[in-house]
Amino acid sequence: MRDAACHVAPSGAVGAAPAPVLAAARGLAFEAGGRRLVDGIDLEIREGRRTVIMGANGAGKSLLLRLLHGLIRPSAGTVLWQGRPLDRAARRAQAMVFQRPVMLRRSVRANLRFALAVRGLSGPERAERERAALASARLEELARRPARVLSGGEQQRLAVARALACEPELLLLDEPTASLDPASTMAIEEQLAEAHARGVTLVLVTHDLGQARRIGDDLVFLHAGRVAEQGDAARVLEAPRSEAARAWLSGRIYLGPPPLRPV
Amino acid sequence: MDGFFGILGEAVALILAWDADLIEIIGLSLRVTLTAVGIACLIGLPLGALVGTFRFPGRTAVTVLLNALMGLPPVVVGLIVYLMLSASGPLGVLGLLYTPTAMIVAQTILVTPIVAALTRQVVEDLNREYAEQFASLGVGPLDRVAALLWDARYSLLTVALAGFGRAVAEVGAVFIVGGNINHVTRVMTTTIALETSKGNLQLALALGVVLLGLAVAVNALAMTLRVSAQRAAYA
Repeated sequence: MRDAACHVAPSGAVGAAPAPVLAAARGLAFEAGGRRLVDGIDLEIREGRRTVIMGANGAGKSLLLRLLHGLIRPSAGTVLWQGRPLDRAARRAQAMVFQRPVMLRRSVRANLRFALAVRGLSGPERAERERAALASARLEELARRPARVLSGGEQQRLAVARALACEPELLLLDEPTASLDPASTMAIEEQLAEAHARGVTLVLVTHDLGQARRIGDDLVFLHAGRVAEQGDAARVLEAPRSEAARAWLSGRIYLGPPPLRPV
Repeated sequence: MDGFFGILGEAVALILAWDADLIEIIGLSLRVTLTAVGIACLIGLPLGALVGTFRFPGRTAVTVLLNALMGLPPVVVGLIVYLMLSASGPLGVLGLLYTPTAMIVAQTILVTPIVAALTRQVVEDLNREYAEQFASLGVGPLDRVAALLWDARYSLLTVALAGFGRAVAEVGAVFIVGGNINHVTRVMTTTIALETSKGNLQLALALGVVLLGLAVAVNALAMTLRVSAQRAAYA
């Protein structure tokens, strides 16, 4: 599967067979506090692609990511993994990086070791993956430091490295570079580029238009809990068809259509 | 005040003389208290961690109960243990009444809810922070509890110290189930109460000084261990 993903046709290639669907949402909805926060979400994440999810604050981007990862159960609809309902085994083929990295109260190396031990790895293989993860995050010198005293950028690099050390097929990232400086953002994007080159499928929530242009193959634009538009990232960013995306990209406040109904 | 300082001076002289009776009382106090705190930690840490980590029917009731039991009156616990261990009680056949074991049982009952309730709070707070990451990594239930207890270990040391503080200063329960028998069940707190009533203020105050000193020493030792362990963990 990895090998196949490595040979995915470049974004926008004409006539190339589309990559197989890795994950999909079908009629996905989620309710909380008497309100439907996302509704009728249909989308497909194709193998080896980099899908960017954008939209205003409160549009449901983070919620959608958690639904795709199975961290919360949808009120309606289903999440599919390779055509079958997402289950525990399928979730182990995914990894997620949160906006605020969750660092265990342990050293940098112990954070990596914990994640790998949970995946059942031990001995030389675990040591090799630890070494590779530290190298990719450029944290070799800080391996023995408590993870929680690292800078925000270093913590996020470690979070990405920890997720990738588990060798997921799909990596979900919830605004991983929010509040990071340009150098730290670039370092994270390099980690993602390396992962993508190895065939990892990426789904990234971001508000950063430049990042969306640099990373995105596909783009899903959410507005008020619904998919307002989706398609090739370059096309959506250059010539959005939905009023919501057009308004957001031009910096205008878009008030319609009306918010989702209370349930 | 001269009287107080005079008695204090005599008390210090008693300590410095390393009186055999005094040493015996201190030794028994430490044995009973540390054993009770150890058993309470063995029960209370996993119990608190389970309640703090997992959702189950009746969880709120268990939490309320644990919190309420932190304020168990020692004399009531002493009375119940006395009734259980007395010759006509259900456990009378064990012949434990007026033994150090009975005192350990009573103190364990007093300390376990403190350890469990405080552990529940510490672990619940940490679990709230870790929950999504653990779910994402696919951490199993037992690994989750073990990881939370390990990562909260320095806070849990303070929990154990709170239990120690409760046990070492306790007098009511151990008096009732131990009987304050000389050379058998006489501990610092019961001796202080007895000697004060007899007017032997030098010995009472000497034990009071030792009791305070022990509390400070145990806390200082725990803090030293904590700092050393933190350094070693990241060396």
